[in-house]
Amino acid sequence: MSTDLLDIRQITGHRLARKFSIWRLLSLLVATLVLVPIGVVLWSLLTPSSDIWEHLVVNVLPGVLNNTFWLVLGVGTGTALLGVSLAWLTGVCEFPGQRFFAWSLLLPLALPAYVMAFVAVGLLDFTGPVQTALRSWFGSVWFPPIRSRGGVILVMTLALYPYVYLIARNAFLTQGKRALEAAQSLGCSRRRAFFRVALPLARPWIVAGVALVIMETLADFGTVSVFNYDTFTTAIYKAWFSLFSLPAALQLASVLILIVFAAIVLEQQTRTRIRYTQTGRPSPQHDRIILQGWSRWAATLYCALILTVAFIIPVGQLLLWAAQVYAQDLDARYWGFLWHSLLLAGGTALTASAVALIIAYAGRRHRDIAMRATNRLATLGYALPGPVLAVGVYAPVAWFDNLIIDGTRHYLHIEIGQVLGGTLLVMLLAYLARFLAVGYNPIDSHMQRITTSVDDAAHIFGVRGFAMLRRVHLPMLKGGLLTAVTLVFVDVMKEMPITLMTRPFGWDTLAIRIFEMTAEGEWQRAALPAVALVLAGLIPILLLTRNGDH
Amino acid sequence: MSIRNRYLAAIATLILSVMSSAPTAYARDELVIYSARNEQLIKPLFDAYTQATGTEIRFITDKEGPLMQRLKSEGPNSPADLIITVDAGNLWQAAQEDLLKPVQSKVLESNIPPHLRDSGNRWFGLSIRARTVVFNTRKVSAGELSTYEDLADPKWRGRLCLRTSNKVYNQSLVAMMIAELGETRTEQVVKGWVANLATDVFPDDTKMMEAIAAGQCDVGIGNTYYFGRLKEKDASLPIALFWPNQQGSGVHVNISGAGVTRFAKHEQAAIRFLEWLSSAQAQNLFADANLEYPVNPAVKAHPTVEGWGAFKQNLINVSKAGELQVQAVKLMDRVGYK
Repeated sequence: MSTDLLDIRQITGHRLARKFSIWRLLSLLVATLVLVPIGVVLWSLLTPSSDIWEHLVVNVLPGVLNNTFWLVLGVGTGTALLGVSLAWLTGVCEFPGQRFFAWSLLLPLALPAYVMAFVAVGLLDFTGPVQTALRSWFGSVWFPPIRSRGGVILVMTLALYPYVYLIARNAFLTQGKRALEAAQSLGCSRRRAFFRVALPLARPWIVAGVALVIMETLADFGTVSVFNYDTFTTAIYKAWFSLFSLPAALQLASVLILIVFAAIVLEQQTRTRIRYTQTGRPSPQHDRIILQGWSRWAATLYCALILTVAFIIPVGQLLLWAAQVYAQDLDARYWGFLWHSLLLAGGTALTASAVALIIAYAGRRHRDIAMRATNRLATLGYALPGPVLAVGVYAPVAWFDNLIIDGTRHYLHIEIGQVLGGTLLVMLLAYLARFLAVGYNPIDSHMQRITTSVDDAAHIFGVRGFAMLRRVHLPMLKGGLLTAVTLVFVDVMKEMPITLMTRPFGWDTLAIRIFEMTAEGEWQRAALPAVALVLAGLIPILLLTRNGDH
Repeated sequence: MSIRNRYLAAIATLILSVMSSAPTAYARDELVIYSARNEQLIKPLFDAYTQATGTEIRFITDKEGPLMQRLKSEGPNSPADLIITVDAGNLWQAAQEDLLKPVQSKVLESNIPPHLRDSGNRWFGLSIRARTVVFNTRKVSAGELSTYEDLADPKWRGRLCLRTSNKVYNQSLVAMMIAELGETRTEQVVKGWVANLATDVFPDDTKMMEAIAAGQCDVGIGNTYYFGRLKEKDASLPIALFWPNQQGSGVHVNISGAGVTRFAKHEQAAIRFLEWLSSAQAQNLFADANLEYPVNPAVKAHPTVEGWGAFKQNLINVSKAGELQVQAVKLMDRVGYK
């Protein structure tokens, strides 16, 4: 009996691999589009190294490498601890306020890290209200400096933990209680069961979330520059803007993404043989671990504390600032900014999630090295600093345009304007290159919950191709898809450099408004578009929690 | 037509319609501008010019680096006619990369002093940004201050605040010092500044001036319009401006300026716009929006700005700021000015 089944699986598996190579083709097509800009950046490695390298190596890199190492370590650990603990509490346990915290702990997602940074510095620096008040009460007091390594790690952790929280929560929700119960029946304490069973079973999700956080941290410029904390990305900016050497900047960026690529591959190698499929049904509400005694209120207090420092206080401060400037700055154009932001974010969220679904599915069909490498390369854009990726997008677009313009001039004697440059299509491509990872990571980790026997069973019943994806996988992937759409949506809303460089004339967004204000140091006036951005970002988060929760 | 074909047709139509909405750069009486001067400071001028002349202006704002890279990638087919920046260094770099076109205009030459424009007429300053000394009036008297170099003196130990060296304004300042004092002497001065710092460098001038007002430090170097903005909000702040180097070469000035792109499709319109920007009627609109100084010597600054008093400005051509920027950045990295 069992050998028969095995045979069927082998046969169908073999046939599937042959027959559905359209997936491989689709995946390759998408990956090529996304890989072009990354390729432009990597190409720089072949150009001769510029003479400023010596200066960078001696005077700049040692410091920034050290800074970057501690930042990545700090933010990676911090978001993992916060994200996983909160996800476990709100996903699996029951305590006062659990349902409220389950969705409200996502809210910081709508708050860009650079905005949280200028709020934190505004509040807690020497000149801020907190220290000013302390000085007026006690004279001169020592206060931990916010513009420090600890400060930047703290702020980025609070701003970025929702990535881990959201994705890890999906893992715990879909994990089922059966494995945990089995462990406990074998004599594991609840604590041991968590560390030995629940946590390892959630590993792809946690890694996917932390990987996003680390890539975002590496690519960040806005947040670290508020703290004046020089990282590898600061060095890239320095090479380009201060030392006027774009080639050196691109070479530095190439080194950055190669390191990220290596790290991702290494992590994957360590778990290629492990399967994370679901063994029981997802935990329904009544099936939760009910916290008892002091731990009930400790959980409530913990969640409330994080929500307060990561969302309520910063948004409160933003509202106060916005109240001072709205009379002067708020006008009808804000409808336009809002509309542009929503349209770009919505369009990209849907496209990127669809594309991510395709390549994740292709990766499931074809579990070979080439496929895995393609997918991994295609999702590297998230680790690249925005302006660098923008250049990578714009160079081939301009090249293509020039080809068309010169061609029509030469052969048809017609003068035409730019064909691609300054169109929404280019923006969409650029966003896709940057945010594919954000869509891919949650979907791919979710796909690992589905056993391959589901595919085989469906195949036996004659369901195949797109129908298989639509009728079998899609319903099971709902949580991952919703997560992907939400994350990409909010990320595009917050994005600055690519929007700046590729937007059509007049297509200003809320994030662009923030840029216009902060470019000349008018942080408080930036609060108005920031508040609007947060409010708009709440839309998908609320939709997600309405639809995605069990 | 099968359903599939109809889908394809629909998609093709969609793509074509997106493409046809692409800007065509060849309509008459229009200008396309890439601006690193931000929207709220530059849009009022565009609007005023459109109202006065009927010329349509389309523009994109971004940082200088990406704007120049965009211009470069687009090459001869770029729609841009004019590029506007907020410092001389980037204009110098644009000229260096052959992105700008020389302009012969008697109007520009007579309206703009020679040290505030390119000797090859490829770019022109449109407003002056003075970078000067700011001090806490409760802790320092103006008599104690003299020059930028003096701030390196040990008497200021633990009393100086500076903005980050990543900002081009400081790079220009140090570049101009190199032009004047030579690299060795400048390096000593910058090293002295770093040794005198009261706290980590600040991400922007406003934060730095607030720190001076709050007494975290006594003195610093900043652009005057940030000072003006702070004082407008709270006139009681105990800070004041000091004009350094008045016995020597004068206060360091930078410009916000513009140049016509090499492949401008509306070259004459762009030159006319530049001439208008340098004229008496536009100069106040340009400078006053941000409390900067007009470049045109015939135009008076905003009353608030006039109130800060007259000063002697450094007359070395601001293109030196670009020419020596790389050297300046390396110098600041070497001495640990973050």
